[in-house]
Amino acid sequence: MTQPLLDVAGVQKTYTGSGRTVEAVRDLTFSVGDGELVCIVGPSGAGKTTLLKCIAGLLEPTSGTVTLAGSRVDGPPEAMAVVFQEYGRSLYPWLTVKGNVELPLKQKKLDKARRRELVRDALEAVGLADVHSAYPWQLSGGMQQRVAIARAVAYEPKVLLMDEPFAAVDAQTRADLEDLIRSLWHKLGVTILFVTHDIDESVYLGQRVLVLSSSPTVIMEDLAIDLPDERNQLDTRSSPRFAELRGHVYEQIQLAKHRKGDQHQRDEVATGSHRAGPPTVAADPGH
Amino acid sequence: MQPVLRWGRTLGYALTLPVVLVTLWWVWSADSTNYYAPPLQTILTTFGDVWFSERLRADVLPSVTRLLIGYTGAVVVGVGLGVLLGANRTLRRVTEPVLEFFRAIPPPALIPILFLFAGIGDTAKVIVIISGAVWPVLLNTVEGVRAVDDVLSDTSRSYGVTGLARLRHLVLPAASPQIVAGMRQALSISIILMVISEMFASTNGLGFSVIQFQRSFAIPEMWSGILLLGLLGFVLSLLFQLFERRTLRWYHGLRRSQLGEN
Repeated sequence: MTQPLLDVAGVQKTYTGSGRTVEAVRDLTFSVGDGELVCIVGPSGAGKTTLLKCIAGLLEPTSGTVTLAGSRVDGPPEAMAVVFQEYGRSLYPWLTVKGNVELPLKQKKLDKARRRELVRDALEAVGLADVHSAYPWQLSGGMQQRVAIARAVAYEPKVLLMDEPFAAVDAQTRADLEDLIRSLWHKLGVTILFVTHDIDESVYLGQRVLVLSSSPTVIMEDLAIDLPDERNQLDTRSSPRFAELRGHVYEQIQLAKHRKGDQHQRDEVATGSHRAGPPTVAADPGH
Repeated sequence: MQPVLRWGRTLGYALTLPVVLVTLWWVWSADSTNYYAPPLQTILTTFGDVWFSERLRADVLPSVTRLLIGYTGAVVVGVGLGVLLGANRTLRRVTEPVLEFFRAIPPPALIPILFLFAGIGDTAKVIVIISGAVWPVLLNTVEGVRAVDDVLSDTSRSYGVTGLARLRHLVLPAASPQIVAGMRQALSISIILMVISEMFASTNGLGFSVIQFQRSFAIPEMWSGILLLGLLGFVLSLLFQLFERRTLRWYHGLRRSQLGEN
């Protein structure tokens, strides 16, 4: 692995509110190398969004640290861009497509010529060269998410964080957008951390897949995806290796659904491994 | 051809009732011998004589000036305070009961007190307008600012849209539908308060003129003043509609697209 660009060390997040504390994330430690494409997959309610917000500097972890390129993240870093799931709520409806992509660049104090160049290139890269002056709400869901991706790309981040970006678009659009992410990654050499609940998507996209447990969350497995680098929806998804990998991740997720971080940690102490053991059907002592 | 036709039809619908009403008034009052309800023809003749003269500068201009300054003041204060209160939960909780109390006082009731402290000059009248018109703007702005979308807020933070840029590019545009709704209410309140404050203690202005005509039994002149106030309100409301259409074009488009999808 190359030099780690992003380092997540012992991140834990507990929400406190009205006499109740909820531990969303128990203990997460992993690192992402420069130029890697890493997917994080976990069952719903696994604290994926919490983790992503901690990494993005939008949420302060209760303990643990996030380090980007050697400096600690204590607020949204300029070298990071985020693409959220809810494209309809993450684009400014009062700005045109061009305005949406350009606003962060204005905040970066780039001059006008440079901004125009970045906006044009980014929109072209996502296949939206001809809708500069449209408003986001005039576009389809898939196109809106392309605008959000273009905005992130134009920002020229070192790390691109994506929080279930394709969960709300239809299957066909989704396949197109997945291929778009792979091609942007190849073209730009940007580091991508992609959060999803879709197992196939994580295996298809990633070089590595991190499997999360249920909340309170720990990492159950750090799986290298040894599929060829050139991937396409038809061949890759029908290859035996793809089926093996997705089957493996699927098993892990099934385990994860029934096992919480605390159980997993006990296992880890017992076996000394980072891999989860067989599923245990523990009788709930309350019944 | 098609847009012209549609436009013509809209105009036709809009004009029908006013034309009918004016005609009825005209016919009804044509032979009127009632001193207090003179023929419309007399009122209209008087209208030209009274208002397209020295009074345009001496009475109409001061009224409109007070109205605009007072209204602008109400909007600036309302939006400014509204942004502060909307963004700060503690401040909002501390001030809420007091604000509700002041809002509940009918503004004309403040006029005697304000005139005691601020005199009977233009300043006092502007203060009266502000003190009544500020509330809808203020309360709507607070609501609008509170309702800024979480996801858009996170997006802005992660792209460095913070501080003043956040106010300009996120908070104010996001709250603008509510702010504009408040401004629309504030406009009619401003006109009412402009007239009332001039009726109380004044040496010029539209409200003053109407009262003065009434007291000196210049009845057609009084009627013409009321007509002028109606026209003024109508024109201002038209201008406001144009402003709203321009400012909130994105919002109406967004709403339409959401309705179409669901």
